[in-house]
Amino acid sequence: MNETLAAYAARYGLRQSAARPPLRKYIQSVWARRNFIWAFASAKNISMYTDSRLGQVWQLLTPILNVSVYYLIFGVLLNTKRGVPDFIPFLVTGVFMFGFTQRSITSGSKSVGDNLSLIRALHFPRATLPLAIATVEFQQLLLSLIVLLGIVFAFGEPISVQMLMFVPVLLLQLMFNVGISMVMARLGAFNRDVSQLLPFIMRTWLYLSGVIFSLPDLLHRSHALKTHPWIGEILKANPAYVYVELSRHQLLGEYRHFVQHKLTESTTQLWIYAGAWSAVALVGGFLFFFSAEERYGRG
Amino acid sequence: MADTKVRGGTIIDVDPAREPIVVVDDLHIIYRVYGAGGKGNAASAFSRVLRRKNRPSMKEVHAIKGLSFVAYRGEAVGIIGTNGSGKSTLLKAIAGLLPPHSGAVYTDGQPSLLGVNAALMKDLTGERNIVLGCLAMGMTPAQTKAQYQKIVDFAGLKEGFIQYPMRTYSSGMGARLRFAIAAAKTHDVLLIDEALATGDAKFKRKSKARIEELRKEAGAVFLVAHQLDTVKEMCDRVIWIDEGRMRMDGDPEEVIAAYTEAAGK
Repeated sequence: MNETLAAYAARYGLRQSAARPPLRKYIQSVWARRNFIWAFASAKNISMYTDSRLGQVWQLLTPILNVSVYYLIFGVLLNTKRGVPDFIPFLVTGVFMFGFTQRSITSGSKSVGDNLSLIRALHFPRATLPLAIATVEFQQLLLSLIVLLGIVFAFGEPISVQMLMFVPVLLLQLMFNVGISMVMARLGAFNRDVSQLLPFIMRTWLYLSGVIFSLPDLLHRSHALKTHPWIGEILKANPAYVYVELSRHQLLGEYRHFVQHKLTESTTQLWIYAGAWSAVALVGGFLFFFSAEERYGRG
Repeated sequence: MADTKVRGGTIIDVDPAREPIVVVDDLHIIYRVYGAGGKGNAASAFSRVLRRKNRPSMKEVHAIKGLSFVAYRGEAVGIIGTNGSGKSTLLKAIAGLLPPHSGAVYTDGQPSLLGVNAALMKDLTGERNIVLGCLAMGMTPAQTKAQYQKIVDFAGLKEGFIQYPMRTYSSGMGARLRFAIAAAKTHDVLLIDEALATGDAKFKRKSKARIEELRKEAGAVFLVAHQLDTVKEMCDRVIWIDEGRMRMDGDPEEVIAAYTEAAGK
């Protein structure tokens, strides 16, 4: 009697150990690990500063120092205000919200490579790693938001109902970050050069995204951009710009007024782009990461 | 009567009376190693780019070269061989952590690997590693809480060490904690890679009893160890691997005797 081993294994209901589970089951098992994701993120966050003497104080000190540097360079030395109202809160919101996406991308690209020992020790859906990394960044952002809101109010911004709309912006950006960090996790897992290149890409992206200047203001002034309006359209579709700008619209009343009435730019387009980017990044990123699931253990 | 299965020229005898739990079918494993050899300076890297040569620091290692065997429920299989013979690679492949280049591994349920290098998260305390390990294995927070004290007791670390980061542990302590975490759950297939080697006599006794229990819970246990007496004590079948190929498979006494003779030469 001749039977292949594969047929013999199938007869007893054995399954390939390195096979990828069906998508539905995979999503269920990721959902079942939600406590792991949260616990892993919190543990990472706490262990981040255990070596330093001030410890957890750095969680708040880092964003404050960041803001001071930007204030020194752009507010005092270069004085790049150029008629943008509330320039310091404008700058701080930009730097923090861009940094949220930027850090999700950089640490997302290392999320698989840095945890190879865990991947090779225990069996769990790998998507939990980039998800946990995005959660780490989200927890960090929540802490820096204390600093951000402190600065916004310190510069005389009144508390308004509009500020509640910051919450959905934040959630949309989080969805985008989760998706993009899954894409980066897969790229970084199989190509180690990605993390070397990223700093340059991220810096270029920073300057293209209207973080340290107002893009609507620039579009309004620049002749080159007026003669080639398609460049402006591309710049306005840039997800980093969309989330940064949308956050500013919710938090800074004067800036919103400045953009909507003096420059006559609409917010509706920003919301449409924000929603579309979130959905595309989250679904696409998850599927992209999932389709290499069984290969992550390999070098 | 044994059935005979044919695959790629190798003939495997299968016992139809027993239920298989792991089937390894003409398995080949090739994995990549980064940072091996080659001068790492920028000039040589640049000249390689110009000459369109591949990075020499990326090497492919053919670790398992066509292995086939069947393990049954309730078996404790010892795997022996010299350093670099492919024992650990085989366990990783059974666990599904290293994808096969060709061939396949079929298992019932999800195998769990317990290795000596598998530091969980070295910057985190023992406490957090227990919680995270349990959650990653798919336990609920309530189950994790219930198991927590058992794990601490089983690992038997010195007073207070559970609150220190795992990087401060000695290799023996780390191995004990890892074993304790993995053994907290019932596994269909448990793969143990040298994880007991660094434990002391008392811990070995405890873990041996636990392995015995896990086997009775209808799974199979694979054990890689260099201490042949451990293998002889714990296993009822031994596989000897040499350079990624099967050298011998059978009764522990016989295989170990043949192995010691070959090693003595």
